[in-house]
Amino acid sequence: MKLSGSDIIVRTLIEQGVDVVFGYPGGQVINIYDSLYKYQDELKHVLTAHEQGASHAADGYARATGKVGVCIATSGPGATNLVTGIATAYIDSVPLVAITGNVPTTVIGTDGFQEIDITGVTLPITKHNYFVGSIEDLADTIREAFRLAKSGRPGPVLIDVPKDVQVAKYDYEPQPVVEADESRAAKDIRIQQAAECINEAQRPFIYFGGGLITSEAQDELLQMAELIDAPIGCSMMGISGVPTDYPRFLGMQGMHGHYACSMGMHNADCIIALGARFNDRVTGNRAKFARTAKIVHIDIDGAELNKTVTAAHGLRGDVKKTLQKLIPLLKKTEHPEWQAKIAQLVEEEEAGLDSREGMTPRNVINALNRYLGENTPVATDVGQHQMWAAQYVNFKNSRRFISSGGLGTMGFGMGAAMGAQMGTGERSVLITGDGSFGMNLNELATAVAENIPMVILLLNNSVLGMVRQWQTLFFDKHYSNTMLTGRQTDFVKLAEAFGAKASRALTLEELESSLQEAFAWNGPYLIDCAIDKDEFVLPMLPPGGSMDDIIVRIGD
Amino acid sequence: MKRFTVAILVNNQFGVLNRVTSMFRRRQFNITSLAVSETESTQFSRITIQSEGDEITKQQLINQLYKLPDVKSVLEFNPDETVSRELLLVKVKNDPEARSGLTAASDAYEGKIVDYTKESIIIQMVGDTRKINNFVKLMKDFEILEICRTGIISLERGATTIDKNVFI
Repeated sequence: MKLSGSDIIVRTLIEQGVDVVFGYPGGQVINIYDSLYKYQDELKHVLTAHEQGASHAADGYARATGKVGVCIATSGPGATNLVTGIATAYIDSVPLVAITGNVPTTVIGTDGFQEIDITGVTLPITKHNYFVGSIEDLADTIREAFRLAKSGRPGPVLIDVPKDVQVAKYDYEPQPVVEADESRAAKDIRIQQAAECINEAQRPFIYFGGGLITSEAQDELLQMAELIDAPIGCSMMGISGVPTDYPRFLGMQGMHGHYACSMGMHNADCIIALGARFNDRVTGNRAKFARTAKIVHIDIDGAELNKTVTAAHGLRGDVKKTLQKLIPLLKKTEHPEWQAKIAQLVEEEEAGLDSREGMTPRNVINALNRYLGENTPVATDVGQHQMWAAQYVNFKNSRRFISSGGLGTMGFGMGAAMGAQMGTGERSVLITGDGSFGMNLNELATAVAENIPMVILLLNNSVLGMVRQWQTLFFDKHYSNTMLTGRQTDFVKLAEAFGAKASRALTLEELESSLQEAFAWNGPYLIDCAIDKDEFVLPMLPPGGSMDDIIVRIGD
Repeated sequence: MKRFTVAILVNNQFGVLNRVTSMFRRRQFNITSLAVSETESTQFSRITIQSEGDEITKQQLINQLYKLPDVKSVLEFNPDETVSRELLLVKVKNDPEARSGLTAASDAYEGKIVDYTKESIIIQMVGDTRKINNFVKLMKDFEILEICRTGIISLERGATTIDKNVFI
């Protein structure tokens, strides 16, 4: 069957099991959009307000489902607008396929209208990218992109298709969905050595990241924790990997992590790290990080081993498969002294928790918690609200915390929450701030057009709170460009202007009735929730500090 | 800092060298020597890179190379088991006073005069890096007009080869 290149693109996406793509039309993808029109009954296209929104939506879809997210943009500015979204997905290991159009091959290299070297631009932020110079390679390149995106450590792949390749005709035969490469367990000898190390530990600590979720190794993790009597902590990317209320789970570790978790990890003599990469927000001052601990590091990406911290045992392999081989080698042990120490840390943490009444971040998130279903995806933007969400939102199931971890992309949340909703069919929640929301609020238009059931909880403090917090603590309260009070944006009117529902909550009572209405509404609903500008995210590990420098309350 | 050399077997495709060197740049691995060519198979090119750093840097560099889909195999050379060569072309000013000194130096280093005019001589020299460096030092006593070096290429001694079947 001979098809045009643009038809081949759409048919191959359908063939690969894609049910929704996010994008924005333009001159050099007009043929692809013609094919999307033709096959609209088989493949849904969501028109976003901006290509960045499309990339974040595809990302949110992928994080929530584990499937490959797909976005489409035209050449030039369309392609460059995807860049932040691709980079966000890259650093958080999210499987994404981005398809861009480009000027015809005859024009490539001549600085044609809307020509950009997008494969060059995205070289360091994709697992791989392709410029498809001839129609013969088109279908197989797309298949290969899907294989790469989902194999091993997942990540984004970009395919740049010049206009004449979209127009040309070539044979197309549907193929089965490409499988991810089979992942392997770490080498037996390494597993053996790691087991010996864990069996000797008196203060074991299990620490996991996003890799645990990708590998779907929750059962094995909990089994190991019970066997070796270890507390569990996670990185921000690990959140929702185990239920928040699981008794051994101490929550998130790191710069704004839970006190008991950070201190527990600091005091451990053996850290078993699963699918985590020890970045600077986790380690603080690397030289002072977990000095008493031997690290057993299991990761599918061998390049993560010994990258930032030296592991006593670096195990390159799939977390789930490696744990399945490791667990039978572990001795059933109990560590009452260590558990007593952890219990004491938890007690200290609870004593230090914010118990004020009124619209405190903790009370706001706790109010939200009562409305969340077991499968509600909760997306965030970046800043203080993100950390409060990470600290206080209760999760039952995996893949439900949708947040830009590595890149810290303000403006991520609107697209991501829409994509997560579409991927799961569940009402989604976006916790955002007035700073972040301002970056991509144009996607309200998309949420209205698609009538996406989503609750936008906007923590509005009229400042760029996270930067302001640093300015308060480390820059003598020089609030340089972090006050948003001059803006006077009325977010309720703004949401209504877009056609969404909205209400304002100045008190917890008002918040309660807003939440009630929002979770009953079949469409996007924004709650403008006022909080004080001087709320802090605590605890805080000062940048470059160690756990000994942890700030638990202001004035310490 | 210790220098080390790796050979990288890559898909022989447009843009591959850029992918490899771009990774070096963004992770701040230094390149002290670089040589690229096709191999006996049109499917593969071979990149030989000399870099510097401690053991962890070296391991990290190799691990990062394997993450590039176009990289098929990486071979790390043990200097004792390796034949490494560079080729040098040096153009020096030819005048009656320098002439005998130049030819003597070239002969002593087993170099070859490949171009001879009234004004200039090009000497070609093959050897390991140290030999080439020493010869260049010697040439500085004369008037060097231009120098060009190929960068290091290396093969392991014996019958072992870079593994073409390793797909990671």
